[in-house]
Amino acid sequence: MEVRVANVRKEFDRFPALHDVSLDIKSGELIALLGPSGSGKTTLLRLIAGLEKPTRGKIYFGDEDASQRTIQERNVGFVFQHYALFRHMTVADNIGFGLKVRPGATRPPKAEIRRRASELLDLVQLSGLEKRYPTQLSGGQRQRVALARAMAIEPRVLLLDEPFGALDAQVRRELRRWLREIHDATGHTTIFVTHDQEEALELADRVVVMSQGRIEQIGTADEVYDTPNSPFVYGFIGESSSLPVKVEDGQIWVADRPIGLATPDAPNGKATLYFRPHDIELLDGCNGCIAGTVAASRRVAGTRRVELEIGGGRQLVEIELPIEHPAAQKSRIAFRPRRWKVFPAQDS
Amino acid sequence: MVDLSYTAAADTSPASTVSATTEGRTTRWALLALALVFLAVFLLLPLVLVFAEAFKRGWAPYFDTIIDPDTISAIRLTLLVAAIAVPLNLVFGVAAAWAIAKFEFKGKAFLTTLIDLPFSVSPVISGLVYVLLFGANSVLGPWLKSYGIEILFAVPGIVLATIFVTFPFVARELIPLMQEQGTGDEEAALSLGANGWQTFWYVTLPNIKWGLLYGVLLCNARAMGEFGAVSVVSGHIRGLTNTMPLHVEILYNEYNAVGAFAVASLLAGLALVTLVLKTILEIRYGHAIAASRGH
Ligand SMILES: Nc1ncnc2c1ncn2[C@@H]1O[C@H](COP(=O)(O)OP(=O)(O)OP(=O)(O)O)[C@@H](O)[C@H]1O
Ligand SMILES: [Mg+2]
Repeated sequence: MEVRVANVRKEFDRFPALHDVSLDIKSGELIALLGPSGSGKTTLLRLIAGLEKPTRGKIYFGDEDASQRTIQERNVGFVFQHYALFRHMTVADNIGFGLKVRPGATRPPKAEIRRRASELLDLVQLSGLEKRYPTQLSGGQRQRVALARAMAIEPRVLLLDEPFGALDAQVRRELRRWLREIHDATGHTTIFVTHDQEEALELADRVVVMSQGRIEQIGTADEVYDTPNSPFVYGFIGESSSLPVKVEDGQIWVADRPIGLATPDAPNGKATLYFRPHDIELLDGCNGCIAGTVAASRRVAGTRRVELEIGGGRQLVEIELPIEHPAAQKSRIAFRPRRWKVFPAQDS
Repeated sequence: MVDLSYTAAADTSPASTVSATTEGRTTRWALLALALVFLAVFLLLPLVLVFAEAFKRGWAPYFDTIIDPDTISAIRLTLLVAAIAVPLNLVFGVAAAWAIAKFEFKGKAFLTTLIDLPFSVSPVISGLVYVLLFGANSVLGPWLKSYGIEILFAVPGIVLATIFVTFPFVARELIPLMQEQGTGDEEAALSLGANGWQTFWYVTLPNIKWGLLYGVLLCNARAMGEFGAVSVVSGHIRGLTNTMPLHVEILYNEYNAVGAFAVASLLAGLALVTLVLKTILEIRYGHAIAASRGH
């Protein structure tokens, strides 16, 4: 099922949690909503589910205007951050709940509900735990039951709010791979919220980066990582270094020297240069480069992080060198970013 | 240096880590004894005296009082009033607690205060309010009377006063419980396609059932035992508008001590049954009660 969010705005008591958000999701896609705390990820997910009403804008499921529909009619599977399993029901009853509450005509017989529940338990690899209560399960198992329960109603869209948020790193990685497998097997259109970029980049077909109630960028993992379209995305996803620069006639200047990077379309004036610390080339002679003296050097796992003072110590940038690289011993290093972007300086 | 490490070791010696309090054994015994004596004098002794007085002249006078038509009618009225007031307050209490705990609306704080009102005003005043509302000099009273409906000095008035006085028990018990549980489970049920009623029946109610039972027990105990408010609106008509507590008073004022205590012993018995039920619930379902207060 395609999902289209069209110019949605959401206010809580006048406080805008989302400003004019638009998003197109293709059928069968696995989408991650990624952003810092308070950026509006949960709010967007709850709006799609129908747990909140948009202040303005519409949400479409396929061609149908879902904003007119109640949560029950939308038929979405929602997995809550803290699972919200019904504690007085067994695992099987939890999973069967969505079928049990269907109106008479469409409600499957009891035996059929039981069969579906145990089928889903097999799918989430918890066969044999039908009779347990939620309190008798581990966090990871509860998470799986919550997912099975959401899938039991054959939802048109599967929505997960920080599905692995409360689990330890090991279990998270396992469940991540497993969620991808389930997604590929069932083909549900799936949207999940996370503030873990590794999770988003690894798992999702496309990542929606959010900040302060706005969508900053939508793209595949490669797109948002390699060509971030805003300073925020540059800073939020992966490591980044930045340096204040000046643009003059399509040339980038650091202090009083051009550094050999051309940016024909950028307007003249102050700007900020962004690049990845590891995505640089080291130069011997400095004929158009960024040069600086080594201020600090740290070993980080398989690489060496070097902090350079640029332009007489007024600016610090970080770059990454291979451990064995001879430049690591030098006190003065010249380099040029291989992949980079300038953004006009923001008035602050 | 040596001294320092020695004192540090002494600080963690078993004697000082096992007991969090520093009181000696004597102090503890003294406190316990004080509490027990207090309980005995102020709770146990009166209870024993009630039964002792009731059976002072043996079984015969006791039964004479109990099978007296006026007593029977008082018992019947008390049970009737409780049978009406408790279910109504169960419904009102659940509805009020549900609204307060699960929804955001203007005037919520005011509603919460209002629920506490019956606890904070004297029962006599609660009764007087109904006299003002339905009395001979009120607007409502004569109007209802013209349709043949008697409120004051009749069963409806007693029921109303009892409902008013016992209203907070169920709501008070449920509000903190429901607030703590939040709306997550309800939202999950809705997202799975359940309608409002199914959500309440299958999800909310099981989550609150022990708290609810507790509230109902307390509500029932008070409904049967209420004196002040009922006394004002009842009119003390023997065989008609006398509840058990009122009947006790009448018998006592007639210097019929045995009779008064006999009826009082019935009330005390009801209270004991309530307490026993509550204790059984706690023992039998203590685990479930704790579980329903959170994962
Ligand atoms: N029910 C509400 N009432 C008032 N404000 C709300 C409500 N829900 C969310 N907000 C506000 O809207 C903003 C976005 O909240 P939201 O829960 O969507 O953030 P989030 O991106 O999910 O953050 P997190 O990663 O911490 O879960 C926050 O500033 C929050 O305070
Ligand atoms: Mg959130």
